[in-house]
Amino acid sequence: MAKYKMHILVCGGTGCTASQSVEIADRLKSNLLDKGLDKEVQVILTGCFGFCEKGPIVKIMPDNTFYTEVKPEDAQEIIEEHIIKGRKVARLLYTDPEKKEHVADAKHMGFYKKQLRIALRNCGFIDPENIGEYIACDGYAAVAKCLTEMTPQQVIDEIKLSGLRGRGGGGFPTGMKWEIASKNHADQKYVVCNADEGDPGAFMDRSILEGDPHSIIEAMTINGYAIGATKGLVYIRAEYPLAIHRLQVAIAQAREYGVLGENLFGTDFSFDIELRYGAGAFVCGEETALIHSMEGKRGEPTFKPPFPAQSGYLQKPTNVNNVETYANIPIIILKGANWFNKIGTEKSKGTKVFALAGQINNVGLIEVPMGITLREVIYEIGGGIKGGRQFKAVQTGGPSGGCLTEKHLDTPIDYDNLIAAGSMMGSGGMVVMDETSCMVAIAKFYLEFTCEESCGKCSPCRIGNKRMLEILDKITKGNGTMEDLENLKNLAGVIKDTALCGLGQTSPNPILSTLTNFWDEYVEHVQDKKCRAGACKSLMQYVIDQSVCVGCTACARNCPVNAIQGEKKTPHTINTELCIKCGTCIEKCKFNAISIQ
Amino acid sequence: MAKVKLAESKINKIKEICASFGNQPGEAINVLHKVQGEFGYLPAEVQEVIAMELNVPVATIYGIVTFYSFFTMIPKGEHPISVCMGTACYVRGAEKVLDEFKRQLGIGIGETTADGKFSLNCLRCVGACGLAPVVTIGDKVYGRLTPDMVKDIINEYNQ
Repeated sequence: MAKYKMHILVCGGTGCTASQSVEIADRLKSNLLDKGLDKEVQVILTGCFGFCEKGPIVKIMPDNTFYTEVKPEDAQEIIEEHIIKGRKVARLLYTDPEKKEHVADAKHMGFYKKQLRIALRNCGFIDPENIGEYIACDGYAAVAKCLTEMTPQQVIDEIKLSGLRGRGGGGFPTGMKWEIASKNHADQKYVVCNADEGDPGAFMDRSILEGDPHSIIEAMTINGYAIGATKGLVYIRAEYPLAIHRLQVAIAQAREYGVLGENLFGTDFSFDIELRYGAGAFVCGEETALIHSMEGKRGEPTFKPPFPAQSGYLQKPTNVNNVETYANIPIIILKGANWFNKIGTEKSKGTKVFALAGQINNVGLIEVPMGITLREVIYEIGGGIKGGRQFKAVQTGGPSGGCLTEKHLDTPIDYDNLIAAGSMMGSGGMVVMDETSCMVAIAKFYLEFTCEESCGKCSPCRIGNKRMLEILDKITKGNGTMEDLENLKNLAGVIKDTALCGLGQTSPNPILSTLTNFWDEYVEHVQDKKCRAGACKSLMQYVIDQSVCVGCTACARNCPVNAIQGEKKTPHTINTELCIKCGTCIEKCKFNAISIQ
Repeated sequence: MAKVKLAESKINKIKEICASFGNQPGEAINVLHKVQGEFGYLPAEVQEVIAMELNVPVATIYGIVTFYSFFTMIPKGEHPISVCMGTACYVRGAEKVLDEFKRQLGIGIGETTADGKFSLNCLRCVGACGLAPVVTIGDKVYGRLTPDMVKDIINEYNQ
């Protein structure tokens, strides 16, 4: 490999690519070429850095300079000032929101200080389309160690000892899952990587596949060796074209280098991987549904037992693990279970990747040790609530999880604590909400999702969720009764107890947790016909305060339906029949004369 | 649904795709991906040909097409508009942006304008949560949208 003095790492994740990061990389390269520096400095398009809020990100190594919100036209300045003259481009550095000072390198940014990157260790560091860079970071050393120095049982024991639990949501101990699959004998077994990330607001699996695809290939091979499977399948969403592309490139390179295929590392163990494409069905994240979908059928779950480890893909023993779970495997083998199980809490070891989103200053992808508190995540890593508003709730676990409040902020995050608080780890979506979010509307939002995605096989989920949605719709329109709230509670309990699969059983969680934590808000909608967040359109009216309005016409000019009337320099009024309550007038009014009542 | 007679060349193309997967019923989803990639959508007539080739009832193919949201039986517009309704976009006001698109185009979710120019859909998370709320039109991503920007965006495509 050619040696370079400096590296310019440009984020090539989906978020930054959407803001022209590929063009930034191209311009950096052409500027280097113009200056004759293309043999000294290398530009690499990496996986996601995580700090999506301030994207596109450009990082200069070895001095670790972290540039944010870079535009293609900044490329020339970065080359001329930083690379040639050694002066950092101050205006592109991250500004600490509290101290108002520029922060020169990533280590000192609040966003990164409390993070511990294990699953994301190579994301934003290596070129995902170059196997050489993965190997340079100890890539494929773990699988070599397993195949040449360890027995399959020793591999399983190591994973068991590490305490690693499934990162896809359920939290089942990974080592135990492998052991069950290894004990079922058959002529053919399968290893499946679940990359059907359907949880709205979660994108960690994609980021790993885009940023470090080889780690998944390596981990699946180790998994195959441990349970005695020679075939691996990755079930990936067709909506992830970039991740699919990177995985295809990685598989081809791995075959070419002989780390995937026949007689690996001079042993008689062979292993190969194929891709299977999902077609957009949330329920396919459930392992039995996923297996049916891979067989070319409708992705409907079936009752367990039999578990996939007994009878899975094509009725053969199958081990299904999530992408993030796999990303932890190679490093556990290399550094040892006793290194891994020192991180985290008693029953939840290691780290968890979260997609931090919503009304928070630092939206992005973060990886933190288990046991960190929600307060640390939201205020220290997340930088607090956007616009200095008040924290109201944080939703974890997506459509299967729940909303946690102020009183949960100091709870250490792990699988068991989140369940005890009425939510769950889920795949790792973490959406922060402020006072402008109505909790009844949020519950309705998740239920709309569940109803749309219900596979329809069992009636509690298919019909029960629909009935709950109708009740919630009634409440948000101001027609709810106290009896409706009781019915909601009862129905939620029945669905939880009787639905067929894990997704059905957890589907009432968003309602149950908001009923528990925000009961007052439900009652307000029912009894006072009021939505304090101003989110339920039927329960509010836009009104112009006649004593404050100066008649500047800004609202009337911007109203998309011409619902605002009034002469210039005289107070305006809103025709509530025409008003579509879009909120544009409030944004445009410089005098705070318009309010929601 | 009105019956459309498929041209011989199109039928042959479908047969070719089925054959490339060995006419295996287990490959139905891959076949449908490929065929939709070719024709843009999967009308009933196309499904009938696939069912015949894979030797399964049409109901099985129809069952798969209607189960997965990625498959569509309605042709998409020249400029397919997708409004992200992932949680991050939702709490940052995606619904208002969606309402404005519906109003401006006069169509609902899953519909295509009469002139075939635009179609409107929701999707769940494009992973650009830092830019929320996000809308994609074709391959182009629009971020940090507010309802008053919608009109100008549509006009970009109307010239």
